[in-house]
Amino acid sequence: MTAAAETPIFRDSEADLAHRARWAASRTLIYGALLIWTLICLFPIYWTVTTSFKQAPDVMQGHLVPWLDYEPASLGWRSLGLSPDTLGQPSTPRAEFIKRFTNSLIVSLSASTLALLLGSMAAYGLSRFSYRFGFMRNADISFFFLSQLILPPVVLALPFLVLYKALALLDTRIGLILLYTLTVLPIVIWIMRDQFAGIPTELEEAALVDGLTVWRAFLTIILPIALPGMVAAFILSLVLTWNEYFFAALLTSTHANTLPVMVASQTGSQGINWWSMAALSTAAILPLLILGILLERFIIKGMAAGAVK
Amino acid sequence: MSQQGDLLHVVTNDDLSSARIAFGRAIMWGSGLILVLMAVLQTGQVQGWWDLGLTNWRPTLYAYLTWAVCLCWGQVLTRGEQGKRALFVLPAVLFVVSLTVFPLLFGVLIALSDWNLSSVSGRRFNGTANLVRMWNDPFYWNALGNMVWYVLAILVEYAIAFGLALLLNAQIRARKFFRVAFLLPLMLSPVAVSWMIGKSMLEPRFGPVARFARWLGWDTPSFFGDPLIAKLSIMVMDAWTFIPFMMIMLLAGLQAIPKEVQEAARVDGASGWRGFWEVTFPLMLPVSVTAVLIRIIFKLKLADIVITVTSGGPGGATDTVTSFIFREYRDRSNVGYGTLLAMVYLVIIVIAMTILMKLADRLARPRT
Repeated sequence: MTAAAETPIFRDSEADLAHRARWAASRTLIYGALLIWTLICLFPIYWTVTTSFKQAPDVMQGHLVPWLDYEPASLGWRSLGLSPDTLGQPSTPRAEFIKRFTNSLIVSLSASTLALLLGSMAAYGLSRFSYRFGFMRNADISFFFLSQLILPPVVLALPFLVLYKALALLDTRIGLILLYTLTVLPIVIWIMRDQFAGIPTELEEAALVDGLTVWRAFLTIILPIALPGMVAAFILSLVLTWNEYFFAALLTSTHANTLPVMVASQTGSQGINWWSMAALSTAAILPLLILGILLERFIIKGMAAGAVK
Repeated sequence: MSQQGDLLHVVTNDDLSSARIAFGRAIMWGSGLILVLMAVLQTGQVQGWWDLGLTNWRPTLYAYLTWAVCLCWGQVLTRGEQGKRALFVLPAVLFVVSLTVFPLLFGVLIALSDWNLSSVSGRRFNGTANLVRMWNDPFYWNALGNMVWYVLAILVEYAIAFGLALLLNAQIRARKFFRVAFLLPLMLSPVAVSWMIGKSMLEPRFGPVARFARWLGWDTPSFFGDPLIAKLSIMVMDAWTFIPFMMIMLLAGLQAIPKEVQEAARVDGASGWRGFWEVTFPLMLPVSVTAVLIRIIFKLKLADIVITVTSGGPGGATDTVTSFIFREYRDRSNVGYGTLLAMVYLVIIVIAMTILMKLADRLARPRT
């Protein structure tokens, strides 16, 4: 038995051990960094959710862990009318909350649907046919749509305020839906254009030879294939419109207020109770948190669409 | 994408009857005429030429919608197959044009007038007086200056996002868990974030971050009192929500790089550090440029956090252009001046982005 034959079997010579130590160090470093950033990402969420079950002394003493540090109380949720004991009774804050929640839901769902509809059609058209509107060709039309991304909302805000006043659309859901559709449309077109460009044209050609019209081919053959991209675009639009605050704050007052406006209006006053604020924030972010956890795949797909060509 | 000709080659023989074409033309022109008529009638109402009892511009809106539908339908009627193709893009074009181009033109008109919504005198044309006022408004220039700092902060965000993307791309377990955890901040509304972090975690007495700062030895932590620290706090909060966005784009870029490239570099004797700077980083340049540019666009809209946490304070140190104009309207109902400020901002953005995109184009082009 020679030393040369021994080394490949037992990897415990000086050089191998050094290598293993370096490997272990790099592992620790990688997982350490990952865990630290996970903490940074999740702690604010954890803090908000747990604070909604705290009472005044718990907040002041900085208790962090429920059951271990402090006894959870549903004070915050009671102020929203959503705690177990108040759930059965009529409650004004709850009615208010549900109204805002429904507004947010209706506005974000409709705006995303509308944007997806208009955006997929436009993106499909631009990826398949060549157009001429006056001097504008396909590339110009695409650029026209995408350039809307650069437009800061504040430029449109005040003209829209005046226009909506004249059209009696101020403080209506329709007004918000139109505006939100406009803001997410470029993103939808971006994602969908990428999506359609990846589908070979031979598919439609075969369908057209079989006698389908262009629209039938689009609806029955292309859309099902592009479905993952559509889901991605829809969810991304949903996130953006659900969270939108600026337009909602300017253009709504009593009827069409969305959830962010309600949250913001409570943060203004200094004497607000932490636990009720935390409960409200939790309720406002919960739908999207669930969406994010369940459909993370699609969100990442949507955002990666433009990155890699 | 080819510039000329359709990607989808279809031969169609349209035989459109002349009656069909005539009907198509008729509805397009007819509805257009109704729209013009309606607009004239309503203008007359506003100018006081006659009184039709109309209280708002809804009738004109409905006439416009009718015209838009008739225009789309008329395309199909008069141009057959070509019209059906135009139908893909036409609705989106009509939608965007009517919701941006028209308000923008209207906005120029507002910008050149003295218009306070709360005063009874209504709109008065005052030419370039708003422009002169803007030139002498130190707060607007201050807000523009702040925007430069906020945009520069993107470089730090980019570095962190790149690091995270590299970590997620490494050989790790529970990759999906980390990816979801890293993504979550992006899901949260800036307004909720401004309460969660800005108003409670950074609260100087009971906030956990303040406690942590005291434990580290900072006796009187205050995150929004000092101008510099306040600006940094806003940057951190904004970065917290948007780093996942850049991270995911960069991660997609990293995953698109073939593994062989890295292996080849290693075989050639490149260490991890050199391998990164001379192989990975140059390959990632196009993706990086796209991610940073989109991030800049989003950053230029930054307002929600500033409005809800500091409302521009202390002394305008955290003000963004958007939050400044928002307060200009909220506090003084000054539509004319606010619109002018926004228009100037738009012009600056368009110029800056054009230059940036030109530079980025040169940077991202593969070096030969």
